[in-house]
Amino acid sequence: MTKDKAHISVQDLNVHIGGNHILKDLNIDIPNKSVTSIIGPSGCGKTTLLKTFNRLHDTAADVKVTGKVLVDGEDIYDPNTEITHIRKKMGLLSQRPYPLPMSIYDNVAYGPRIHGTRKRQDLDIIVEKQLKATALWNEVKDRLHSSATRLSIGQQQRLCLARGLAVGPEIILGDESTSALDPVSTSIIEDLFVKLKQDYSIVLVTHILRQAARVSDYIIFVYEGRIVEYGKTEQVLRDPREELTKEYVKGYIV
Amino acid sequence: MQTIRLLKDKIISKLMLLFTILSVSLVFIIGIGLYYKSIPVLQNSTWGHLLTSSVWKPLKGLFGFYPYIMGTLWVTGIAIIIALPLCVLTSLYIVEYAHPRVRRILMPFVNLLSGIPPVIFGVWGVLFIIPLIQDHIAPHFVEFSTGYSVLAGGIVLAVMIFPLIVSILNEVLRTMPQELKDASLALGATKWETIKKVILRKALPGIIAATVLAISRAFGETIAVLMVCGNNAVVPHSVFDAGYPLPALIANNYGDMMSIPLYDSALMFAALLLFIIILLFNIISRIILSRLERKMAA
Ligand SMILES: Nc1ncnc2c1ncn2[C@@H]1O[C@H](COP(=O)(O)OP(=O)(O)OP(=O)(O)O)[C@@H](O)[C@H]1O
Ligand SMILES: [Mg+2]
Repeated sequence: MTKDKAHISVQDLNVHIGGNHILKDLNIDIPNKSVTSIIGPSGCGKTTLLKTFNRLHDTAADVKVTGKVLVDGEDIYDPNTEITHIRKKMGLLSQRPYPLPMSIYDNVAYGPRIHGTRKRQDLDIIVEKQLKATALWNEVKDRLHSSATRLSIGQQQRLCLARGLAVGPEIILGDESTSALDPVSTSIIEDLFVKLKQDYSIVLVTHILRQAARVSDYIIFVYEGRIVEYGKTEQVLRDPREELTKEYVKGYIV
Repeated sequence: MQTIRLLKDKIISKLMLLFTILSVSLVFIIGIGLYYKSIPVLQNSTWGHLLTSSVWKPLKGLFGFYPYIMGTLWVTGIAIIIALPLCVLTSLYIVEYAHPRVRRILMPFVNLLSGIPPVIFGVWGVLFIIPLIQDHIAPHFVEFSTGYSVLAGGIVLAVMIFPLIVSILNEVLRTMPQELKDASLALGATKWETIKKVILRKALPGIIAATVLAISRAFGETIAVLMVCGNNAVVPHSVFDAGYPLPALIANNYGDMMSIPLYDSALMFAALLLFIIILLFNIISRIILSRLERKMAA
């Protein structure tokens, strides 16, 4: 059962933003080496939840997080935990691609450089490997040193994924990562997620139930800051236990 | 109805064009006017001589502008060297590090600074900067200095352009997308690494634009600089030497020495020089900026 061992374990998590109670008493175990989708209506707290996993709330002044988030058994909100170390474990793929203001090559090499890889040969290997992993290599290998912002949006999103993978994470977090993409780029990214779950634990926020059905093993349904239902994809979409879930997924036709 | 609305649309756009042309042609009108008034002194001498000579003997009809040009460049250069790093650090602090409450208090202060009239900066320079340089800074480097120097001018000027640069930089930094910072942080970069490698890089065109604006303003700043930089028509060789920038030359002498032949024409030529320096500087920086933007996009 190692495959289903919890990779991220959330215990009694509460998040307040500027006095508003956004996430309420969450408890979840997110399994290892699978794809878990977080679904729920707009504003229910999906992005907020995802950001608690790599402590991106730290940058905001008025966010209060209580409870525990264990990654590999280590409490990431423990004051002794080194935040850069936690974030290195997770690749983040946001809603729209945000390439760093530098070349394609430097985008991928950015993380490894920060974590101490300096040698050109080593960086070359990493860059090529991750661009191949994200099916981008053939499209960009002749212009690695031109600016990343010249790429199409779909290519940029794959570049961002490659950039995230280059630091050697264990977990990939995606926040509606395909919502800005065309159908072809979307299906490339989706296929990548399915392929990558052999090596990574993946948590995706998505509004598209079909996408959740296509790529995920588990689904978490969040409503107004609480977890309403959590189970295998099949079960949540076809045979939801809760009324609220039923309402939400009824638009999904199997 | 439709035609009237369309007509309005056309008239408005034509009006805007007209006003744009007017304000653009103003630049040319000023330039031509200054040139026209400079003709007497130009007939008496040559461009090359006026620009490179250091001899200033109005009674003999000798006008060498080299010291004034150098005075202008020294004071402005010192001001920018002092102001730019301070401004970048201040803006970074205000936008990236300060607590929102602190930020709300700091910003009005910076803006207040820009509302203080130049003459007050001049007095402040005479009362505080001059003694500071004379007694505490200069003695470490040179045998003697009165304190009235291009350094004093540069410091005063730096303080004066500070609010301008800071407020532009604040705007530039504030509009950086949070997601871009998050992208870097999520890779395990520290905040400082993110600022150094991503934010400042992305902000570079904005930083340059702010600097250009500040330098253009600094070139022409008169009163405050005139009060502290010694107004000695020699080419400065160190920051502790006195200098005599072009605007100070014009302000100090205009109206006073007009009985001397060619003098008013020489002062007009000084104004023309200042005008050309600012124009050239703006054109060059525009080119650099567009090169940079193209490079960042390429
Ligand atoms: N920085 C913030 N300041 C104030 N309120 C916030 C902030 N970030 C999020 N919220 C609030 O927290 C709640 C949850 O937001 P969140 O972005 O997590 O929703 P979401 O489920 O991701 O929605 P969507 O599907 O639209 O992306 C919302 O009510 C939102 O208004
Ligand atoms: Mg969201």
